[in-house]
Amino acid sequence: MKDVIIIGAGVCGCAIADALGEYGCNVAVVERASDVACGATKANSGIVHGGFDATAGTLKAKFNALGNPMFDELSKQLDFPFRRNGAYVLAFDRAGIDGLEALLERGRANGIKDLERVDGDTVRLRNPHVSKSVTAALYCPSSGIVSPYEMTIALAERANMRGAEFIFNTGVTAISRRGSVMTVDCTGGKSYAARMVINCAGVHADEVAAAAGVHDFTIRGRRGEYYLLDKTQSYLTDATLFQLPTSLGKGVLVAPTVHGNVLVGPTALDTDDKDGVATTAAGLEEAMSKGRLSVPSISARSAITQFVGVRAHCDKDDFIIGMSSLQGFYNVAGIESPGLTSAPAIARYVAAEVAAYLSLKRKTDFITVRKGIPCFAAMSDEERAELIASDSRYGKIVCRCECVTEGEIIDSIMRPLGARDIDGVKRRTRAGMGRCQSGFCSPTVIQLIADTLGVPVQSVTKCGAGSYAVTGRI
Amino acid sequence: MINCESRSVVVIGGGPAGLSAAIAAFDAGAKDVLVLERDTRLGGILNQCIHNGFGLTLFKSELTGPEYAARLIDMASERGIECRLNTTVVSVAPDKTITCVSEEGVFSITADAIVLTCGCRERPRGAIGIAGARCAGVYTAGTAQKLVNIMGYMAGRECVILGSGDIGLIMARRMTLQGAKVRAVLEIMPRASGLMRNVVQCLNDYDIPLMTSHTVVDVLSQGGRVSGVVAAKVDNDMRPIAGSEFLLPCDTLLLSVGLIPETELAREAGIGLHRVTGGAEVDDTLMSNIDGIFCAGNMLHVHDLADYACLESEVAGKRAAEYAINGGVTRGAFTSVECGDGIRYAVPMKILSSGSGSITFTARPSAEYALGRICIEADGEEIYSKREAGIRPATMLRYVLNSAQSDKLRSASRICIKVRE
Repeated sequence: MKDVIIIGAGVCGCAIADALGEYGCNVAVVERASDVACGATKANSGIVHGGFDATAGTLKAKFNALGNPMFDELSKQLDFPFRRNGAYVLAFDRAGIDGLEALLERGRANGIKDLERVDGDTVRLRNPHVSKSVTAALYCPSSGIVSPYEMTIALAERANMRGAEFIFNTGVTAISRRGSVMTVDCTGGKSYAARMVINCAGVHADEVAAAAGVHDFTIRGRRGEYYLLDKTQSYLTDATLFQLPTSLGKGVLVAPTVHGNVLVGPTALDTDDKDGVATTAAGLEEAMSKGRLSVPSISARSAITQFVGVRAHCDKDDFIIGMSSLQGFYNVAGIESPGLTSAPAIARYVAAEVAAYLSLKRKTDFITVRKGIPCFAAMSDEERAELIASDSRYGKIVCRCECVTEGEIIDSIMRPLGARDIDGVKRRTRAGMGRCQSGFCSPTVIQLIADTLGVPVQSVTKCGAGSYAVTGRI
Repeated sequence: MINCESRSVVVIGGGPAGLSAAIAAFDAGAKDVLVLERDTRLGGILNQCIHNGFGLTLFKSELTGPEYAARLIDMASERGIECRLNTTVVSVAPDKTITCVSEEGVFSITADAIVLTCGCRERPRGAIGIAGARCAGVYTAGTAQKLVNIMGYMAGRECVILGSGDIGLIMARRMTLQGAKVRAVLEIMPRASGLMRNVVQCLNDYDIPLMTSHTVVDVLSQGGRVSGVVAAKVDNDMRPIAGSEFLLPCDTLLLSVGLIPETELAREAGIGLHRVTGGAEVDDTLMSNIDGIFCAGNMLHVHDLADYACLESEVAGKRAAEYAINGGVTRGAFTSVECGDGIRYAVPMKILSSGSGSITFTARPSAEYALGRICIEADGEEIYSKREAGIRPATMLRYVLNSAQSDKLRSASRICIKVRE
């Protein structure tokens, strides 16, 4: 029997599994998809928010303020890309200037320091491509950017090193309690027992709660469509550019990614299809036209891809964190923005609560450092030469756009919680993330997955069940 | 630990253009030619083009892609030209220092002259923003061609092909021959963008419908793989017409929506790129704005025939050899080539006043003409003219001017190429 079963391997599930490792807690993470970070975690803005936006007194405000400062150390320990690039909230008219004032006050109430009011000319002096129609802005230097899936993969790997078991391709059908034992029934007739269950099921958290007989909240899917622009567009902005919400609606952001691309989006549209991640012509057009309000020279022609994320919006408009009406069934639900920023702080809090409930003591010695896959693209010539000397497969460049080697791709498959499909390799190594969008490297990546795992090419998928890359042998 | 060496002419890319450049450089007297190729074999994309129709101009016979490549490989090997495989160039500096990576390590090569023949890549789904499911089963035609012809796996069973570029047309036939059903080839333009012979031999002969003025407006998925696409008719501005949508069930969407010169290395080296071609901007010696770096083949502009890419590259190889042997050239004044009526772009983009010998022009028409006359003018005077029937954007035009005509261009202060009806 496990101490804890976590349902869902998004950023919260993985961060909690990792944090529980500090208590020597026996954890299993049950995940419906074939990999970690497959839901909202992989498809969001990747912003480490400053914390001025949430209403004071909410859990969003609390965990945002606690989470943001944790990223410097966490990103070093776990070896994932993070950078404090600063953010501006742009106002476009006089009413907006009042809005910025309100935001500034809210930020101060949340304990956020170093917020600065700047006028339009100052914004443009620092960010020359910002629109002339921007009248003023609120500047937050502590805002940062992170690769959300790389962060989650890193958390999951360290959790795994600390003993957490990950069970993929497994959905939850029912959760029950008998005496002090919780039972989680899963697809495929599997069943797991634990002393406690933590619901980190993202957009499906209300359905998982309902499977446990807990009906006190509902989650709506809120679609957000994004454009990802080529690295050649990185000159457009180095800071994250938010738009102050206006009567015309919530704006979109224009932000650099940690890898040097530019992100434009997201739109916000409530949906009943929580797994619906298809892009729409209307949504993409909206993202692009709103993005151009901030940076008029953005062009859809420089796009390399588009995607949709579905946020888990809770009817209570705040995070739901705590033991549910069913003893032993703990909710971590409604984790929409600033959920990514909050995740490390939520995990620390939840782990302490769980430890108290299960009477576990924090260990004094546990693994802290997780080393990522060597990143050939970021190395100097000398470092590259040394790496190739250690293993010649690092001298075979497979993804030419992002300069990813065969050695890195094999690493990504061989390591703990390794990649099992094309998208898994892509998220771990960036093979296929570049401007040709895997046109050149995908046949090689498919072959490497098959060879490394010892499976036929026909069984290699893009992202798990059914998403076959090829349909048969010639 | 980083190995250094120096060479007279280094050719980056061992496809048809690169091999042609290397052979021409050798024949022009550069004996220290090196070809760098990232793939496991020479020949580039020709290796996956197992269909015939190559070589009519250059070899006066009809060859398959691999046969064509083999001829060039033989010619290079007869000359003892060194070709280094599995070697990826990661940077080219303006001082002509090349850094490359292979299983043996990191190498730095200084060259007297460089020819960039990096080829091109396919425009992916994201670049044209096709909305819909983000599932498996969407491939560029060239990727599918590699899966089928090199790896021996079926990219799909029921295909829709968006775009009527040549690779898309070739793949329509290839998938059909391999037992797949190709439902349709959709083309957003009112006419096919590939060669007419490919429309006839790859679509008409197999009863595959070509639906011009149509595009894909949505991709549907089931169980993680494409289950169909929604097609629609487009208006004159290429916008989908509401109400014209219809479903085409399929498990695969192949894209043949344009090729883009591969300019990553060129850009880093500081080479100026052309607004229309997306490739390098070159003078009549095919030298870029960086002294001693020449560009040719699909990296310069996308060709529709391998023969023309090779012929172009021969010029670059020969000029690179001259540059290396003479220890550089002094480039004086130049005149830019203007594109007049009916011409979308022309290569070269500038004519040096100091040069000599024959100049070859290639040009891409911007419109269709049943009958037209291509004119090249120097200071308003027509110095070259040729009547052409069936001028169309899918067919590149190529003209070799004689020395006298070329010299007139060299002394002109205004040069224009245009189509007259």
